[in-house]
Amino acid sequence: MVDQSIASLAQKLRAKEISSVELTQDYLARIKQLDGQLNSFITVTDEVALAQAEAADKLIAAGSTSALAGIPIAHKDLFCTDGVLTTCASKMLHNFVPPYESTVTGRMLASGVVTLGKTNMDEFAMGSSNENSYYGAVKNPWNLEKVPGGSSGGSAAAVAAGLCVAATGTDTGGSIRQPASFCGISGLKPTYGRVSRFGMIAYASSLDQAGPMARSAEDCAHILQSIAGFDGNDSTCSEVAIEDYTANLDAPLDGLTIGLPKEYFGDGLNNDVATVIQDAVKEFEKLGAKVKEISLPNLNLSIPSYYVIAPSEASSNLSRFDGVRYGYRCEEPKDLMDMYKRSRGEGFGKEVQKRIMVGTYALSEGYYDAYYLKAQRIRRLIKEDFVNALAEVDVIMGPVAPTTAFGIGAKTDDPIAMYLEDIYTLSINLAGIPAMSIPAGFADGMPVGLQIMGNYFAEAKLLNVAHKFQQATDWHTKNPSLAEGA
Amino acid sequence: MSLEKQDVLKIAHLARLALDDNDAEQYQHSLTSVLDLVEQMQSVDTDGVEPLSHPLEAKQRLREDVVTEENRREAFLANAPQTEAGLFLVPKVID
Repeated sequence: MVDQSIASLAQKLRAKEISSVELTQDYLARIKQLDGQLNSFITVTDEVALAQAEAADKLIAAGSTSALAGIPIAHKDLFCTDGVLTTCASKMLHNFVPPYESTVTGRMLASGVVTLGKTNMDEFAMGSSNENSYYGAVKNPWNLEKVPGGSSGGSAAAVAAGLCVAATGTDTGGSIRQPASFCGISGLKPTYGRVSRFGMIAYASSLDQAGPMARSAEDCAHILQSIAGFDGNDSTCSEVAIEDYTANLDAPLDGLTIGLPKEYFGDGLNNDVATVIQDAVKEFEKLGAKVKEISLPNLNLSIPSYYVIAPSEASSNLSRFDGVRYGYRCEEPKDLMDMYKRSRGEGFGKEVQKRIMVGTYALSEGYYDAYYLKAQRIRRLIKEDFVNALAEVDVIMGPVAPTTAFGIGAKTDDPIAMYLEDIYTLSINLAGIPAMSIPAGFADGMPVGLQIMGNYFAEAKLLNVAHKFQQATDWHTKNPSLAEGA
Repeated sequence: MSLEKQDVLKIAHLARLALDDNDAEQYQHSLTSVLDLVEQMQSVDTDGVEPLSHPLEAKQRLREDVVTEENRREAFLANAPQTEAGLFLVPKVID
């Protein structure tokens, strides 16, 4: 059952070939059996899951039409879940039990999902390798010596290993797409504002966006349908009407114009990864698409711009963790200042502290114009590059990352090298457009993701393009041997 | 751009982070390398380019000024490290 699509599981649940309780028991057993190798879950919620599965079986028997009813999923441990430990993979929140539900998890509950647990991640979503977790690194199911990517590395590893049908992730600079690429699954970062951020523990509020991570574009479409749309609890959530994300998945791609930015295929891109991407583009040509070379001239500036804007917003957002209202407090503080400083000094990990300090510096008196405002001006140039390109083409394609998954520990001594790896994903968050990663092949035995970028609110088009590729190829059906050997 | 150890300690103070000497030296290097990375922004001409703070340039939405939340004092206090008489407790602030 572990490699079935949401649609086929929904059909089996309705045909009574299997119950949600049985399905949930299967997945819980797999987590117990396999997750010791991966460390993809921080919390497994057995009892909650089985109770939700019982309720889902009743809903289905009563005629529920929700495609997600009874489907076992997992949430990145950054979404607040009412009554369930939510850590953001930080010592700072090691004991935080939210008294409310995030919009994303609440909407999925309303769709009847079964929540198996909360997945591991880089602390406060800061990282590209899932090595910055208070709960330990996550392993890539395709090769346990390699990283799963980050920051949604636990979600990606769990989906790839068949420990859940699908999972939620969040993406501030690539945190859905890069782990999806490294683990060989499908992931979608929607348009900024398409999905409510209410109840997501904030990293960089003008960049953060939640989205689905699953085994196919079609599965992503079902989850997006549940979570997308206006929410009055998030002042930046868009009022643009949502589409029916599954209705046009099969629409033909004849005449589709694909833009290939030359900056995505230059120095630094691994040759084998480049070959996989070029072969994927050829597949689209067979499906009737036309290809056009385009340019995104300010792409290189996305790294400096991002590493000012994201830390600046983080330094502001993370000021709420002060040891007063929730989370970690140091032992025996001698006064208020000592309590703030030691609680934060002991509660946050090194990468988080570093980004808070970069942001504090960039926003401090005398530096604000040179750093924060400058970065925001460059952000406009980057956005305009995409707006201009998307006036000429329907979608843009390229790699997600310059390489496949790297070794655990390989880049921990050189964090700047790790930052540079995000060159193909950061600009999408700065511009706010939607983008997907879908499996497109392998290089050296590790999965390679194809990135598909589109115009604002063009999620249905991206899903259609990805789905047609997945109808014509079988890369998304490949399973790591860890899963097969179980 | 090179930060001195004193600069790091000042930034850490502003950010309310307790650092020991060893940490401060590490951060001196790692913060300097991030600042070097972002330095390349300064070579770009952005004269006349307006800063972009929201990708869709949305305006702040307003709502009616009415009570929308119920009082959930107990639930919120339940996560606090220390409380007393329905209040968050912190170390003594005034001598």
